Amino acid sequence: MRTYLRLLWTFFRISILGELAYRASFWLQIAESLIDLGTALAFVSVVFSSTRALNGWSADELLTLIGVYFLIGGTINMIIMPGMNRLIEQVRQGTLDYVLTRPADAQLLVSIQQIDVWKLLDVVLGMALLVGAMLWHGGLPGPFQLLAFALTLLAGAVIIYSFVLFLATLSFWYVRMENILVIFESMYEAGRWPVDIYPGWLRAILTFVVPVAFAVTVPAEALTARLTWLVLAGTLLLAALALLASRLFWRFAIRYYSGASA
Amino acid sequence: MTHLIAVYRQQLKTAIAEQLQYRAALVIWLIEVALGPAVSISVWSTVARNEGGEVNGYNPSGFAAYFIATMLVNYATQTWVFWEFSRRVREGEFSPLLLRPVHPIHADIAQHLAYKILMLPVIGLVTLLLWLAFHAGFTPSPASLATFLPALLLAFALRFTLEWTLALLAFWLTQVNVINQLYVVVVLFLSGQLLPLSFLPAPLQAITAWLPFQWMVAFPAQLLSTGLSSQAVVTGFLAQLLWLLLGLGLLNLTWRRGLKRYTAVGG
Repeated sequence: MRTYLRLLWTFFRISILGELAYRASFWLQIAESLIDLGTALAFVSVVFSSTRALNGWSADELLTLIGVYFLIGGTINMIIMPGMNRLIEQVRQGTLDYVLTRPADAQLLVSIQQIDVWKLLDVVLGMALLVGAMLWHGGLPGPFQLLAFALTLLAGAVIIYSFVLFLATLSFWYVRMENILVIFESMYEAGRWPVDIYPGWLRAILTFVVPVAFAVTVPAEALTARLTWLVLAGTLLLAALALLASRLFWRFAIRYYSGASA
Repeated sequence: MTHLIAVYRQQLKTAIAEQLQYRAALVIWLIEVALGPAVSISVWSTVARNEGGEVNGYNPSGFAAYFIATMLVNYATQTWVFWEFSRRVREGEFSPLLLRPVHPIHADIAQHLAYKILMLPVIGLVTLLLWLAFHAGFTPSPASLATFLPALLLAFALRFTLEWTLALLAFWLTQVNVINQLYVVVVLFLSGQLLPLSFLPAPLQAITAWLPFQWMVAFPAQLLSTGLSSQAVVTGFLAQLLWLLLGLGLLNLTWRRGLKRYTAVGG
């Protein structure tokens, strides 16, 4: 475990060093993130000038949800997406061979091999928004809620990771998988609202086809005390199953992979 | 004139052939295009239901009609030139375009038209699906339906002119992405794409009256979804024409000055 954390840190440091050469892009990224956040906040404020609660979600609770949306979205775009996009590229060009020959777990290596450092900003903004929303709501939630939040947040990230890894692994058979990842990214946008406002068919898609519901709505529900024990247990179980399934699938795919470069 | 028509025919043919290579992108586009209105309709329908079935005169099926209409208008008027221009200028791609004996704007118009023609089946399918899924209720009068197409054409002309002018900023600035992103957000809110303009706070509504954006999307969309009074229709057409003339003047001016600044790199 410690070796793997050290590996993650090393990759992170390499990315920072690489990015520091382009300092102007820091400001561009700040501007981009702030515009994104500002748009979300402006939209929420317009919606709540017409109503006091959206399906039972008050304005501060919805801000909590948007905080989670930015936090998870930032994490996905920082670590998961860049690595998976590169994996797809490596499979196509056959350079995955070099990864496979390294003396560490290949799944871990491809998962953390590329880090988009600037997306850390979205994570920070998301956390700031979370704290702000909670203070507005009237103080921090109780220890149980915080624990449930931490667990569901982790579970949500794991579910998304497993899902994206599953999609990226499909590139061993189908070459054009990067398009599928783009679809996933645009579907994630629907996560800035609680999934319970969507009609049944769309909610089902966002829960089981593209598991945005688990990544954003469930953690936000944990933090705003509307999560039932059943959903909590189900989410954790699903996360464990998803991780296991994607791992098995990865193993199976690796055996299938024969290298294109050599 | 016949010369220009021949140019357009050829450009359309090439552009369609080009686009047909990227059929997978069509599916992505289908989902992206359907998701936006689906989210907006869901959010605002929830608001309407929470407020006893109606807000500002919109009930859920009215919202559905409005957002399907804005999706259609947005599809018809949307451009993406300002994302491409900075690359064109930076990498010297502009030089061969300038050598041609026709103004480069014609190639861009033809390219956009080709894309829209190709997308027509996709957008039709999305419209049908959203219509059925959200029980949209369109209530335009025949008269305002008849004015929809001319209004849509003017909206396209206006939006294309303005956004092509915006794209020309790339002659002066190397980093235009943030400006473009800001522009997109402003258009999202003030053109009526994200919400009917009557939902904006009063000061913003006053500002939108003096800006061209609502004539690019909200005006045709309302003609299609709910219909407008004949007075509002006349005002709309006048505003569209006025802004279009202004835009064309601005485009000409910027184009001439930009060309003088342009020094090709590479190519």
